Amino acid sequence: MPEALVITIEWITMGTLAILFVALLGLSLVYGERKVAAWFQQRIGPNRVGPQGILQTVADITKLIMKEPLTAGRSDHFLYNLAPFIMMLAPFIVISMIPYAKGLHILDMDVGVFFVTAVSGVGVLGVLLSGWASNNKYSLIGAMRSGAQIVSYELSAGLAILTVIVLSGSLQFSEIIESQREGWWIFRGHIPVWIAFLVFLISGTAETNRGPFDLAEAESELTAGFHTEYSGIKFAFFFLAEYVNLFIIVSIAATVFLGGWMPFHIGGLDGFNAVMDYIPPIFWFLGKVTFLIILIMWFKWTFPRLRIDQILTLEWKYLLPISLVNLVLVAFITLMGWYF
Amino acid sequence: MSQDIIMNPDGTQEYFINMGPQHPSTHGVLRLVLTLDGEIIEKVEPHLGYIHRSIEKMCEKDNYRQIIHLTDRMDYLSAHMNNHAVCLAIENGLSVEVPERAVVIRTIMDELTRISSHTLWWGVMGMDLGAITSFLYGFRDHEHITEIFEETCGARLTMNYNVPGGVMFDLHPDFVKKTKAFLADFKTKLPEYDTLLSNNVIFLERTKGVGILTKEMAISYGVTGPAGRASGFASDVRKHEPYSKYPNVDFKEILYTEGDTFSRYKARIDEMWESIKIIEQLIDVIPEGDFVAKTRNVIKLPKGEFYQKVETARGELGVFIVSDGKMQPYRMKFRSPGFSNLSALNEMAKGGKIADLVATMSTLDLVVPDIDR
Repeated sequence: MPEALVITIEWITMGTLAILFVALLGLSLVYGERKVAAWFQQRIGPNRVGPQGILQTVADITKLIMKEPLTAGRSDHFLYNLAPFIMMLAPFIVISMIPYAKGLHILDMDVGVFFVTAVSGVGVLGVLLSGWASNNKYSLIGAMRSGAQIVSYELSAGLAILTVIVLSGSLQFSEIIESQREGWWIFRGHIPVWIAFLVFLISGTAETNRGPFDLAEAESELTAGFHTEYSGIKFAFFFLAEYVNLFIIVSIAATVFLGGWMPFHIGGLDGFNAVMDYIPPIFWFLGKVTFLIILIMWFKWTFPRLRIDQILTLEWKYLLPISLVNLVLVAFITLMGWYF
Repeated sequence: MSQDIIMNPDGTQEYFINMGPQHPSTHGVLRLVLTLDGEIIEKVEPHLGYIHRSIEKMCEKDNYRQIIHLTDRMDYLSAHMNNHAVCLAIENGLSVEVPERAVVIRTIMDELTRISSHTLWWGVMGMDLGAITSFLYGFRDHEHITEIFEETCGARLTMNYNVPGGVMFDLHPDFVKKTKAFLADFKTKLPEYDTLLSNNVIFLERTKGVGILTKEMAISYGVTGPAGRASGFASDVRKHEPYSKYPNVDFKEILYTEGDTFSRYKARIDEMWESIKIIEQLIDVIPEGDFVAKTRNVIKLPKGEFYQKVETARGELGVFIVSDGKMQPYRMKFRSPGFSNLSALNEMAKGGKIADLVATMSTLDLVVPDIDR
C-alpha cells in the first residue's frame, strides 16, 4: 500500500474512534452526573429506561437529535450555527493527546502539555461566539462572564501544571508519566505539589464552567447563559463539550499529579510495586479519573455559586499569587533536589 | 418603556433587561425590568398583574363561607394563615366565641404552615444561589408537614380548613403522634441546614452585607415579616397584637439589626426554631370539646367595618371587610405582605450585581399570587 493511503486510513480510523469515544464519554458522564446528584440529594436518579436507567441518556440524546435544528430569528446565522462546532473542536483535539495506558494515545507530542493548554483556550471562543451571535442580552452577559472567567483561570491552571513540568523536566505526557515510576508527584513533591494540585482542581473546575463556578450559565440569574437560544442537537453540543472538558481537565490532573496510568509505586519496595503492576494500567487511569470526576461533581452539588467579582478576586488576588510563589518554591526544591 | 437611555460619561450605555415573566428565580410570573450598567443594577422596576385574578372583586360576589376558599389561592404557602385571618375577621363581626380546641388547633396549624413555608423557602433560596441540593432537602421536610395536613384537612396545598367559628373537621387520630414525630425528626434536620448553607464560606460571601435594607426604609415601605424584622423593625403581629393562642405561648420575636440578605436568611431559620417551640408547648395540651362553634348557615355580618391582621410566613396580612349587612361583603381588601415587601426591592438591589438581586429577592420570599391577588 502507498504510504499516503496508510496514513489516510489511520487518520480516518483514529478520527472515528475519537468521535465514538467522545460520544460514549458524554453519555456515560451525563448518566454518572445524574446518579451522583441523586446520591447527594436523597433521590434514586434515572432508573426506568434500561437496567438501572443506563439507557436514559441514550434516549435523551435521541430526542435531542430528532428535534428541529432551530436558528434564532434575529441572530447572526453563520456565527450562531458555527459556535457549537467550535465548542466541540477543542475537546476533540485534546482528547487525542491523553495517554490512557502505556502507549495507548493517538498523539504523543514532545510539547504535549503546551499544546493541550493552547488548544483548550479555543473553547472560550465558542462561548463568546454563541453569546454574541444569539442577539440575546442574557446570552451576552453569560458569554462576557465566561470569557473573563476562563481567560483568568487558564493562568493559574497553567502555572499549576508548570510545577510538575519543572520537577519532571519534560513537556511530553509519556515522559511525565515515566518520571513517576518511583511514586506519583503528589507524594514525591511535598506540600508545593499539593498546593498546585488544589489550585489546578479549582481552576480546572472554573475553566469547565462547572459549579460553583457555573455563572456563565447561572440558571437562576441568566436562565441558561450563553446557550439560552440554543435547542436540539446544538444545545447538546454545548452540553457534551462541558462534559468532555470535565474529562479532559480531570485526565490531565490525573496524568500530571497522580501518575496517569502508572500504578501506585513506592520507590525501593520492589515486591509491593510488582503486586501493583498486576492491575492493568487502563484501570489505574480510569480509577483516578473516576475519583476526580466524582470529587468535582461533589463540588457542584454542594456549593452555592460565586458572584462574578468574587470569582475574579479569587483568581487574581489569591490563586495567581499563590501559584507564582509556589512555582518559584518548586523550582528551588528541584534545584536543590529536595524531593523524594 | 418608561426608560430614557442614559449615556455614561465614558460613552457606554445603560441597557435594560426583562427578568421574567418567565424566569427561574422570579418564582412565578413576576416581571422585573432591570436597568443595568454592565452587571451593576441601576434600577429595578417590578411590573405586576400577570396572575391577577381579581380575588378582592370576586369576594364581593361570594358569601362569607365561600370567601375563605379564595384566600387559599393568594399566598398558597400560608394557606392556613390566610384562612385564619378571614375567619377571625368574620368572627369579630359575628361576635362568635370560638371553642378553645379550635383556637389551639388553628395555632398549631399556623405554625406548622410557617415551618413548611420556611423549609420550602430555604430550599429555593439555596437553588437561587446555585446550590441545587438544598432544594431537595427543603422539600423533604416540607413533604412531612404536607402529609400531616393531608390526613387532617384532606388537602396538601390549599387546605381551607378554617371555617367561621372553628375548623372544618376534628383532628385526625394520628395527628398528635405524627406531629411529635415530625418535630423530633426536624430538630435533627435543622442543624443540617446550617451545615449545608449557613456556614458555607461561599454562601456567607454571597449574602453578608448584600441587599441592605435600613430600619427606616423597612418601616416606610411597610416591609414586614422576617424581612422587616431582619432590619430591626419589630413587626411581629403575633407579639404586638396577639390573636388566637399566641398570648399564652412563650416565644421570641426574632430581631436582627443588619438588614442584609444574611440576617433575613437567619431570621427565617430562627423563626423555624421558635415555631417548633410554640408547637411543642401546645401539642400536649389540646383541650377536648367542640372544634367548631355553632353559626348560622348563611352568615350576615352587621353593618360596619372589620379589620384583622395576622402574621403569615411572609409578614403581616391584613383583612379588611366593609359590610352593608348583606350576605356578601360590600368591599373586601387584603393587605398582602408580598406586595409591600416587593416594593422595597429597588432600594435593596440598587448598586448590586445581578447575582445580588437574585439573592435579595430570594430572601424576600415572594409568592407572586400573593402580590397580584
